[in-house]
Amino acid sequence: MDPIRVGIVSYGFSGFSPSVPSKSFREMVFEAASKAYAKVGLNPRTDVDAFVSCKEDFWEGISITDEFAPDQLGGALKPVFTVTGDGLLGIINAYMMIKTGAFDVIAVEAHGKPSEVMSYGDIERMAQDPIYLRPLAFPSYHTVKALEARAFMKYSNLTREDLGIYVSQSKRNGLLSNRAPHASSLTVDSYLSERELVGPLSHSDLAPRSDAALVFVLASEGRARELTDSPTWITGVGWATDYHTPSYRELGRDIATKNASEMAFRQAGLGDPGKQLAFVEADERYSFMALMEVSSMGLVKDLRQPLRSGDLSRDGSLPVNRRGGALSEGLPLEAHGLARLASACDLLDGTGAVVSNMGNTSAVLVVRP
Amino acid sequence: MRPNINVKNRVAVVGAGLTLFRRRLMETPQELSWIAARQALDQAGLDFNDIDCVVSGSAPDAFDGVHMKGEYYVEGVANGKPHVRVFVGGGTGVFVPVAAWWHVASGLCRKVLVLAEEKMSSASRPHPQAVFKHIWDPLVEKPLNPNLIWIFAMEMHRYMYRCGVRKEDIALVSVKNKRNALDHPSAQAAAKITVDDVLNSEMLVYPVNRLDVSPVSDGAGAMVMVSEEWANRLTDNPIWVEGVGFNLDSTNWTNRDLGYPVYLKRAAEMAYRLAGIENPMKEIDVAEPYDPFDYKELHHMEGLGLCPPCKAAEVTKEGLTQRDGDLPTSPSGGLLGVGNPIAAAGIMKAIEIFWQLRGEAGARQVKKDVVTGLAQAWGDLMQVGTVVVMRR
Repeated sequence: MDPIRVGIVSYGFSGFSPSVPSKSFREMVFEAASKAYAKVGLNPRTDVDAFVSCKEDFWEGISITDEFAPDQLGGALKPVFTVTGDGLLGIINAYMMIKTGAFDVIAVEAHGKPSEVMSYGDIERMAQDPIYLRPLAFPSYHTVKALEARAFMKYSNLTREDLGIYVSQSKRNGLLSNRAPHASSLTVDSYLSERELVGPLSHSDLAPRSDAALVFVLASEGRARELTDSPTWITGVGWATDYHTPSYRELGRDIATKNASEMAFRQAGLGDPGKQLAFVEADERYSFMALMEVSSMGLVKDLRQPLRSGDLSRDGSLPVNRRGGALSEGLPLEAHGLARLASACDLLDGTGAVVSNMGNTSAVLVVRP
Repeated sequence: MRPNINVKNRVAVVGAGLTLFRRRLMETPQELSWIAARQALDQAGLDFNDIDCVVSGSAPDAFDGVHMKGEYYVEGVANGKPHVRVFVGGGTGVFVPVAAWWHVASGLCRKVLVLAEEKMSSASRPHPQAVFKHIWDPLVEKPLNPNLIWIFAMEMHRYMYRCGVRKEDIALVSVKNKRNALDHPSAQAAAKITVDDVLNSEMLVYPVNRLDVSPVSDGAGAMVMVSEEWANRLTDNPIWVEGVGFNLDSTNWTNRDLGYPVYLKRAAEMAYRLAGIENPMKEIDVAEPYDPFDYKELHHMEGLGLCPPCKAAEVTKEGLTQRDGDLPTSPSGGLLGVGNPIAAAGIMKAIEIFWQLRGEAGARQVKKDVVTGLAQAWGDLMQVGTVVVMRR
């Protein structure tokens, strides 16, 4: 048995609003960090061994953006580094660091301030292969995701009505959240009456953007028990990067999520995760992605049945995004995975899977009380 | 860190590879990454399918001109496997093996491909330095339009003033490293030059002359790091990663004494503590301190505790840092000689220590018997130190 367990002892957040004009990203991270530390009485200058920040140069508008990581976390002149990817990848690195036995307490930060990005579409275009893909001049990134959506719906025999069931359910779940400015009581009929923007996706399939920052504190078992009575234990982690070129990928299935979940479930000892998991917090950058993850993780055999029977709803046997996902909260770029993890920690009533899927990289965490 | 360090799983390096370092290489970032990875795997006796995790590093996205470039350049290398890109500016190259260390030491990965890539030369016209126009605080600093050579000139000047070091003493580093690089097959800026050549080269920003500075480069480097069990299976000659350290100072670079790198001292202390090193001056046999500018090698030797503060120039002048000296530094030829594709340059330094400890450095092999070596990198706003200590 592995002697070092890793627990989440606290988190704090700031924002979750379409725009936060009154604070800079550093002030938002400071607010989130202060809350996270205050909850468990930590002084970051003396009690935190290392700090992880998750962000990307182009979204920040700053080259070498990791320069701006330390001060607002209390990490100046301490071990600090940046992961370029979703916040869950930062959590996974912190998890491994504690597992080595050399670190006890680590803070992980991710933030996104898309309201300040003036050239969102151009940045998405810059993510494409400069030689083979960029010259094709896709009108927007949505067109690439629409191809995936179409392939996935064909692979899973889903109709737009099925997507509507999910969107309606997730947006309603968001009404119970204090971080979900875009939640609504959208009905399936209203969804189906929307014009397709880029088939098969309509307006409500695309996560709106929001500004947010989250800071998590992870600790080794001994320290976690000193700091809180109710740590969230991480029992498995997995992550994977699929091919960058869309035409090399299997568009109907998410191989990165499949590989990452297999790794995480193996560590967590979950032989039949579809039955053993009490909930899923899924990446919802696009509506279909949450369903694709549930399917790619092998949690259901035929998506149509649990979706139509309500098994994936808040009261079902495998609820997905019980307080809404990015469709309700908005998409705070790299912080989306941490937003999902925050929801998991808030409602933790069994073993759950938390998934992020940014670009062609997926990360999966298995958590339990 | 924990008061009692008890790292169960030892981590070893068993292979390394390096592309040519050149300005305007024809290969794409993906091709450079693949070439370096293939070489490292060949030395380790492994194939892509044998690897279970990939850790990569690269400096600003703007160099390669691809947003989230880590996902792009690992095509053909990661292929559905766990991959993460880490980033600490110029310190990234040595930080990649640091992050790979915990991938293995945690027990989660057993065979890790460690990759660093940079393609600077196509970044912007007329010169990739333009990328550095956007590294500043957008409100307070950017309106002044500073550039990197300008602030490093401030640091160099401060160091010279604080330690009473002369330009000609600093130039000795450039002379040594460029000459060492004559024996490096990847080298881009190897040369046999004199102190006068450095002093008479074009003045960029006082006190920085053209030959005080490393060039713009493209390149990639890779290592294979494995668990103890796999190290013993794969080779009779593993090199153990015994200490890792990293430290990041405040973003507010204007508020610190530029004459001495406190962040590097802290990073080195972390690595020495893990490696059980109490007296680095005696225990480190060979070092690759980061040398994008010649004064930086001296500055870093002092931060690493390889000599007392303000004594590095003296040590260099006495010849102790030559390949046949008591403390050989940058036997590879360093960034000044081999070239400076930012993250790839850092990993080149770690790779050189690996080859030196294995006795595989060929014409670059240092004269003394070496057991413990150290590689270090530096970056951001004169802010980050990354250190890796390896033993035979």
